[in-house]
Amino acid sequence: MKYVSEFRDPVRVERGLEEIRRTITRPWVLMEICGGQTHAIVRSGLDQLLPPEIELVHGPGCPVCVTPLEQIDKALAIASSPEVIFTSYGDMLRVPGSEKDLFGVRAAGGDVRVVYSPLDAVRLAEDHPDRQVVFFAIGFETTAPANAMSVLQAQAKGLKNFSVLVSHVRVPPAIRAILGSPTNRVQGFLAAGHVCAVMGYWEYLSIAESFRTPVVVTGFEPLDIVQGILATVRQLERGRHIAENAYSRAVTEEGNRPAQEIIQRVFKEIDRKWRGIGMIPMSGWGLADEFEAFDAERRFQVEAIAPNESPLCIAGQILQGMKRPHDCSAFGGECTPEHPLGATMVSSEGACAAYYRYGR
Amino acid sequence: MCLGVPGKIVEIYQADGLRMGRVDFGGVQREACLEYVPEAQLGDYTVIHVGFAISRLSEEEALMSLEILREIVNLEEETRSDVPGGELA
Repeated sequence: MKYVSEFRDPVRVERGLEEIRRTITRPWVLMEICGGQTHAIVRSGLDQLLPPEIELVHGPGCPVCVTPLEQIDKALAIASSPEVIFTSYGDMLRVPGSEKDLFGVRAAGGDVRVVYSPLDAVRLAEDHPDRQVVFFAIGFETTAPANAMSVLQAQAKGLKNFSVLVSHVRVPPAIRAILGSPTNRVQGFLAAGHVCAVMGYWEYLSIAESFRTPVVVTGFEPLDIVQGILATVRQLERGRHIAENAYSRAVTEEGNRPAQEIIQRVFKEIDRKWRGIGMIPMSGWGLADEFEAFDAERRFQVEAIAPNESPLCIAGQILQGMKRPHDCSAFGGECTPEHPLGATMVSSEGACAAYYRYGR
Repeated sequence: MCLGVPGKIVEIYQADGLRMGRVDFGGVQREACLEYVPEAQLGDYTVIHVGFAISRLSEEEALMSLEILREIVNLEEETRSDVPGGELA
């Protein structure tokens, strides 16, 4: 068992697709929340193999895409300070701020570095006691355990030159916002498998029940996605609406308790603005009061620059499943991965980047 | 960022007060923090996100979802029906 090739086996995938075709009797609209799944679906060609009754709409689960412009602008301002080593996951460097991106800051002489793990940023702070090391702590529930641990490590080591610019978001409030919208078309959700590996899926039990909408925890390999879709379609065809786990090798209902404990210690729930979507109440995490000494926004006193979003970009509607990348007049023309107008064209989890890369 | 990759734990050690390890991704090895999977042992597969293991993969559950168990059952049934008189046995 290698946990990868077995779940890409074309024979098993085709058998699952056949079962979906046999089960489905009418059109259904499904949303995969996670941008990683959007890419897996388009890369493997599943979008072209599924029966035409299934419409997949792509959700807002792209952390790079939904990081609000104000936070990007704050990152750019901090990274431009000469005493700062600004560290970030690689995906963030090309995300357009109001006027430039982190690559632009680096080109202008800023010390911007990509780290694989937030612990690498803590090590940089140890190695450079004369510099201020700032880590851009973005992401959903999947990166929160790592980002939280970096703060605890910096505290344990007594580092005074380490801080984090936090822009964390959580999935369940976004699902509630989508389902509560008067324009919602989504009838079933594929929940993001790795978010649930951390948080469990107990929070989705009440969402499925109160919105009468199936929520199926789904993994990332082609067979996982086919199984997630099959479970969702079975529920819809039978008039059921429960939270169900189709990724049981990695996910339990309660999730990863040690990770949840550290998240709850380091972060607190706050209102968070999502780029292109707007404010979703209590949809984010910020640093808990105990750790405010590590808050880069306080340390550097960054003022929000009046955000200046491209008027052409429709990323917000794409992130909510209201429009598709092709509906955008700039797609593939003024907006490409090399010259993105919006974050959905940048990220390895953005829907526009997936469509562009795989020729949809 | 959410595309965690499954890797096999090939070494476990302590560093800076954290449970750390080396994880093999089909030949490429990287360091990962194992603090969130205290139950994981050498040889176990875990999902790694930004340098942290967030879940130990369950082989039993993986086999279930691959329907290998069901295939074995089906195979047994087929084998039995191949034997003359097997369906009655």
